[in-house]
Amino acid sequence: MLKRTPLYEAHVSIGARMVEFAGWEMPVQYAGHIQEHMAVRLAAGLFDVSHMGEIEIRGADALALVQLISTNDASKLLDNQVQYSTMTNELGGVIDDLLVYRLNHEYFLLVVNAGGTDSDFEWIRRNAEGLNVEVHNTSSAFALLALQGPRAEQILQGLTDHMLDRIPYYWSQRVMVDGVDCRVSRTGYTGEDGFEILCDSANARHLWNRLLVTGSDRGLIPCGLAARNTLRLEAAFRLHGHDMDETTTPLEAGLAWVVKLGKGAFIGREVLLKQKEEGLKRKLVGFEVLDRAPARDGYPVAIGDRQVGVVTSGSPAPLLKKNIGLAYVPTEHAAVGTELSIVVRGRNVPARVTDTPFYKRERKYD
Amino acid sequence: MANTPEDLSYTKDHEWVRAKGDQATVGITDHAQHQLGDVVYVELPKVGDKFEASEPFGSVESVKAVSEVYMPLGGAVIEVNESLNDSPEQVNEDPYGDGWMIRIKIDNPAQVDALLTSIEYEDYIKEEAAE
Repeated sequence: MLKRTPLYEAHVSIGARMVEFAGWEMPVQYAGHIQEHMAVRLAAGLFDVSHMGEIEIRGADALALVQLISTNDASKLLDNQVQYSTMTNELGGVIDDLLVYRLNHEYFLLVVNAGGTDSDFEWIRRNAEGLNVEVHNTSSAFALLALQGPRAEQILQGLTDHMLDRIPYYWSQRVMVDGVDCRVSRTGYTGEDGFEILCDSANARHLWNRLLVTGSDRGLIPCGLAARNTLRLEAAFRLHGHDMDETTTPLEAGLAWVVKLGKGAFIGREVLLKQKEEGLKRKLVGFEVLDRAPARDGYPVAIGDRQVGVVTSGSPAPLLKKNIGLAYVPTEHAAVGTELSIVVRGRNVPARVTDTPFYKRERKYD
Repeated sequence: MANTPEDLSYTKDHEWVRAKGDQATVGITDHAQHQLGDVVYVELPKVGDKFEASEPFGSVESVKAVSEVYMPLGGAVIEVNESLNDSPEQVNEDPYGDGWMIRIKIDNPAQVDALLTSIEYEDYIKEEAAE
């Protein structure tokens, strides 16, 4: 039996196409994939991401536990600040990627991927033994909406007195949105400005409807997982389970900036330290296909007749109007400009390693 | 509701066929293009390529996914719609007209009668949706 978010009926009622995703029945698209993608780039889009998991860590050792399981340095966070990080196993493999919210010095909220919620929770609880903390999986209590796009702030501002321009990038605040108590963070997975809005499940439908109505004259439309995936790929955000998993390290995945080897002990640190000292054998790179044929997940990457890697995310990029992707390749072939082939249904199609992100907005809030 | 012209024949793989004598034009149905979403790439065979019935002759891709397209009848390709290289969106906009994919010379024209009628195809879509 697939799980449903509190917004399931709302999606079906406006004609969303529903699909299975990580054990959930989720909207993959409403009006159209490209239209939704472009709305987020040019105006705004609203996503139901309530399938994401929430894990709360409270107690005197809350920071110590977060530091143990997370590769980034949570001791640098202030109250209400948010941090992107990865969780690694003893071998340095990526169990999941996550957002770490510091709510106060003894209270952290982790937002994790839907597919990993239960196993992440078990992993964290196992590693909490002997520490003075309580770990709770509160996923079913919360809905999470992502309001993304250049007009996200003005749309949300119409429903709250809280001055949203005072919430900087990767900070959060407790905000009353149209009478609903929410945790609003300036975060997202699209490469645009925008917010993620956490609220009680019971209030999700009200908030969803009010946002769509308020935002409609500014071009806001509901957006599904298909647009979410191409938006994140243009921004070169990694997708766990595709671009990284327990067989790849965050260093190989290009996430060294969230691996703080100097912060003290954490699970996987020794392996990651050794890998850093010895140098990476392979790297996740961005590439552009120099052909009309799109690259897709799982297509081989070749140099001449020799397979050297595999595409982990590949798609046409609706804004850039190019075929782009991410792939693991040996470090000697990872330099920007390297010519590769993507094997598309038996045909070698030319591609080139490019700088990432493929798309970068002009940032207002860094 | 998808548009299903009465004068065409159909397959359960969602291709349509406009047969005339031993030649036929082939494309994908309005229902199929709806399911796919915005088409961004169409890969077609070369003139002269020969295929058995039900063999994939090409593929059609939306931003999200790749779908193969299958030969409704055995035969040889005599023309391909080159304009889909530059304007694959014609498959969405006009699936039974400008969005056609290939013209074939049919090996056995009698087999056209074994294809689905528009009514049979509509029933099939309904059955598929109910599953």
